[in-house]
Amino acid sequence: MEKSGFSPVGLRVLVVDDDPTWLKILEKMLKKCSYEVTTCGLAREALRLLRERKDGYDIVISDVNMPDMDGFKLLEHVGLELDLPVIMMSVDGETSRVMKGVQHGACDYLLKPIRMKELKIIWQHVLRKKLQEVRDIEGCGYEGGADWITRYDEAHFLGGGEDVSFGKKRKDFDFEKKLLQDESDPSSSSSKKARVVWSFELHQKFVNAVNQIGCDHKAGPKKILDLMNVPWLTRENVASHLQKYRLYLSRLEKGKELKCYSGGVKNADSSPKDVEVNSGYQSPGRSSYVFSGGNSLIQKATEIDPKPLASASLSDLNTDVIMPPKTKKTRIGFDPPISSSAFDSLLPWNDVPEVLESKPVLYENSFLQQQPLPSQSSYVANSAPSLMEEEMKPPYETPAGGSSVNADEFPMPQDKIPTVTLQDLDPSAMKLQEFNTEAILRSLNWELPESHHSVSLDTDLDLTWLQGERFLANTGLQFQDYSSSPSLLSELPAHLNWYGNERLPDPDEYSFMVDQGLFIS
Amino acid sequence: MQRQVALIKQSLFDQGYLDEQFMELEELQDDANPNFVEEVSALYFKDSARLINNIDQALERGTFDFNRLDSYMHQFKGSSTSIGASKVKAECTTFREYCRAGNAEGCLRTFQQLKKEHSTLRKKLEHYFQLARQAGPKETARRPK
Repeated sequence: MEKSGFSPVGLRVLVVDDDPTWLKILEKMLKKCSYEVTTCGLAREALRLLRERKDGYDIVISDVNMPDMDGFKLLEHVGLELDLPVIMMSVDGETSRVMKGVQHGACDYLLKPIRMKELKIIWQHVLRKKLQEVRDIEGCGYEGGADWITRYDEAHFLGGGEDVSFGKKRKDFDFEKKLLQDESDPSSSSSKKARVVWSFELHQKFVNAVNQIGCDHKAGPKKILDLMNVPWLTRENVASHLQKYRLYLSRLEKGKELKCYSGGVKNADSSPKDVEVNSGYQSPGRSSYVFSGGNSLIQKATEIDPKPLASASLSDLNTDVIMPPKTKKTRIGFDPPISSSAFDSLLPWNDVPEVLESKPVLYENSFLQQQPLPSQSSYVANSAPSLMEEEMKPPYETPAGGSSVNADEFPMPQDKIPTVTLQDLDPSAMKLQEFNTEAILRSLNWELPESHHSVSLDTDLDLTWLQGERFLANTGLQFQDYSSSPSLLSELPAHLNWYGNERLPDPDEYSFMVDQGLFIS
Repeated sequence: MQRQVALIKQSLFDQGYLDEQFMELEELQDDANPNFVEEVSALYFKDSARLINNIDQALERGTFDFNRLDSYMHQFKGSSTSIGASKVKAECTTFREYCRAGNAEGCLRTFQQLKKEHSTLRKKLEHYFQLARQAGPKETARRPK
């Protein structure tokens, strides 16, 4: 939907399940959520429908076990070609299965029997994706509106209501308001573009270009774009697709490796956090880096300390890991993305928390294997968010100039991360981005919390991160009691007038919502 | 009459034939779909009969392809959660355990048990729905959550 605002009402959902009973039930449930439902009993049929109407659906919910095609395969196709959020379902909640879901790009994993409250909040995934898209599109130099929205929204949605004080500052609201207005203004640069659908041919071109560049170099989006020679395609499009592709590849490569999660957490000595801490801003770079290591990922363990800082930046960064400094975050440990990054490591979540808390995150270091550049890292982090791009225009000066686009240079998945030096960061930071996990992808798109705001803000952002991992909650891995949140969330639509309705909720409302810990994933 | 219907339903819960999923289904029932629960139930039994058939055939072959059997049962279990058929679901779980253990004998035994539970539930629900229809639209007293 290209309307300026976002509203969960009328969300177009495609449900895929070979079980006719469940299909009927889900259809009814989704209709009760005021969504627009299309059902499908076969994966191939679902793909056909999706391809036929490229912009016809907002989200896909699919069972994992289907006769004609593995649900994970479908997930990959949808992710790669259409960039739609996909939720997996199964009666089986085994960690490994869930992990696989994450690795393949699922934005959530629901256990059957599925409850209404779980379906009521799926719109969050759609919103998040849309915000990411805007950010992608905007790339650098965006007035930062998108970032704000994302951040803000994320914070709201994700806000676990824990330590993070969601009480957004008034100016945030104003800013948001402005952003939203911009969004609705068709001439505004922040208006979304139509989603790029990666058809088979387009993807082939992409793959060819990537292969041409070779694995040894870093295949940057720009190079790829040039090689592809598709006039209407932008570097941002390629960048975001590249991220996914890398994840996909690394997934294939790593297979079932179970990397020790803890390995990932190498916290570099450099603690960018120092720098950031004050600003309450976690160097995003940190987080992002965490991954690159591919295995090490999660090094994030960033400071997890209660310092507000930590969390905020990290979460943004896509680095799946490092989760919000808020210790409270049980989630922190959680870091689902991290696990994904670790992908391979199917470490139980519990491990994560330990890792996180103990070490300051410096994943950068870990994976970079270089001396951490504290100040740099912080910067880098900032720049790293590159994903987030400049939009942020954070007060902090990113040394790299905040090359926003993480896409700049994406090292091939096979690349070893350590090669990136922080100094170079901005672009390097990008590299880090190349996470294997999709989570990273997501995180990448996330913005870095601005240091300007209170720490809480940052933390909020972190939460957003967690949100991505929310699905873990569903699987019961969640530390947090997400289930409680959903109920809050379900109340939300009623309470909240979606800004999709062109009305930004009053700040008070937001505070209220936030306080309620709404949106907790 | 309505009270009778309510009692029957209550006993189904108390005896463990149904779990809260059934209640969730009832919550979904509304004016747009006044017979939603019954329809879902009918759909379940129709589909599960097919699954049972497949499993029967697979077992009769005697080759005991446990992976395949496990896969069937996974399907069956998923299906049974849809209406909250808890006893049936329990048998599914047991069956899968036997599959993983490679215990053919256990599988066979469990499957018989499963079919029995399945059949019992079907009869009880059919009876229940029949009475409910007779009792009138508001027959089911909602069990407080």
